[in-house]
Amino acid sequence: MTTLVIAEHDNAALKGATLNTITAAAQVGGDVHVLVAGANAGAVAAAAAAVAGVSKVLHADGASLAEQLAENVAAQVLAVASGYSHLFFPATAHGKNVAPRVAAKLDVGQLSDISKVISADTFERPIYAGNAIATVQCSQAVKVATVRTTGFDPAAATGGSAAVETIAAVADGGKSAFVGKEIAKLDRPELTAAKIIVSGGRAMGSSEKFNEVLTPLADKLGAALGASRAAVDAGYAPNDWQVGQTGKIVAPQLYVACGISGAIQHLAGMKDSKVIVAINKDEEAPIFSVADYGLVADLFVAVPEMIKAL
Amino acid sequence: MKVLVPVKRVVDYNVKVRVKSDGTGVDIANVKMSMNPFDEIAVEEAVRLKEKGVITEIIAVSCGVTQCQETLRTAMAIGADRAILVETDAELQPLAVAKLLKALVDKEQPGLVILGKQAIDDDCNQTGQMLAALADLPQATFASKVELTADSVTVAREVDGGSETLKLSLPAIVTTDLRLNEPRYVTLPNIMKAKKKPLEIVKPEALGVDVAPRIKTLKVSEPPKRGAGVKVPDVAALVAKLKNEAKVI
Repeated sequence: MTTLVIAEHDNAALKGATLNTITAAAQVGGDVHVLVAGANAGAVAAAAAAVAGVSKVLHADGASLAEQLAENVAAQVLAVASGYSHLFFPATAHGKNVAPRVAAKLDVGQLSDISKVISADTFERPIYAGNAIATVQCSQAVKVATVRTTGFDPAAATGGSAAVETIAAVADGGKSAFVGKEIAKLDRPELTAAKIIVSGGRAMGSSEKFNEVLTPLADKLGAALGASRAAVDAGYAPNDWQVGQTGKIVAPQLYVACGISGAIQHLAGMKDSKVIVAINKDEEAPIFSVADYGLVADLFVAVPEMIKAL
Repeated sequence: MKVLVPVKRVVDYNVKVRVKSDGTGVDIANVKMSMNPFDEIAVEEAVRLKEKGVITEIIAVSCGVTQCQETLRTAMAIGADRAILVETDAELQPLAVAKLLKALVDKEQPGLVILGKQAIDDDCNQTGQMLAALADLPQATFASKVELTADSVTVAREVDGGSETLKLSLPAIVTTDLRLNEPRYVTLPNIMKAKKKPLEIVKPEALGVDVAPRIKTLKVSEPPKRGAGVKVPDVAALVAKLKNEAKVI
């Protein structure tokens, strides 16, 4: 029994979500292999080989894999899939894009967002925005799953010494082409990897206010910035800052919710945070029902005060 | 060009579901059902493409129980031209739905299939990608912008950290993210018109698809409750708690 983890990376560095996925794979029992499919991604393969618990790294390198197009990455996974009992992807935008394609080609069902490994064929996963937890059993020959990173601690990035095996890269499928991308330059931690998150809601009132009030607090705490769907819909924050059922699922050490009422879809994305602070002037706001520390106050007064007090 | 828009009937966005006490699932008896919000965005996008003149016919499809007809009528009230219900009482998992849709793609030969990125009940986020794999078509998931021409579709898609743009040859599969558009309100005259639009009913067997579930749900339980903590009187007390009690800063 061997699990293949499909690495998330940008051809230069191994993304943190891969480490959590490796932990989930290790909990299945059996060996853990990692597939690095990329272009000029030798550094990523080396990083994967150094992760504790990984016994082999498969490295496919070719231009067809440079932009991580779903069609090509799925073909690459399928090219090496035989012999593996489990194929695990991080439940990130990329993993979710590719995993179902692989499962369908193998004619097996797929498990989305597993949050707990109970045995080699039984897992837990949240449904209905985390309002219920399903225990699911998959008795198919290959278990294809995406792994909710907040459910598993990251594997140690060092300590392993796996062999790296180079494999042939698949040819480009030819039906889709990469045009370009706009990735925001991050001068702060990535949302899903941050230890502290400062998050703003509709009460922020405008994107100017959002920046003016929350950015200094995030800077002071070394935190990532997040937002509720209401704030994103209103244009106060970029789309990829959205925390919730249909956005990012986060579980930092500290989550500071400012002017967020706490719709169930938002709670679904952050209720596994270790410590939750809510600042809201409506004392009836549902966010207080999950907050460890609630402060009923006007955030435009409280947040600047907090920055001073830190 | 035809476009196929699959829509799912789900528990309404605003309903907080309750887990059944026997652990067999969630209680959806007498709960308000609606079209999956992402699918509504998909229908809206198809209608906008039709209004721009690139698309000539919109076919809404739903797979499931008889009541899915209501969801299809809603899709037609937004602007779909006709509808197909693949009727079954069986539990349908994403792979089975993708196979049913593949059969309909073969039959209808659409240039584009637009569907929601995930259903808000099972939160799977699989069907579009599976359909693309089965039909051997290119995919652009989590779309925030769609530009369609006669032979290609250019899609801006939401990825971690920002967005990327892909160009796909047609036919292609696109799944919608939240901010692709804001669906219009359906008007009474359009609801009346939708009642007269054709709705065809087929059975999975007629499409030659085995819909047997592949994954077994052993039980459904409540998530661990997170208790409310304490209210602090002021910022100073909050900062003191974070430093001395929680020790997170």
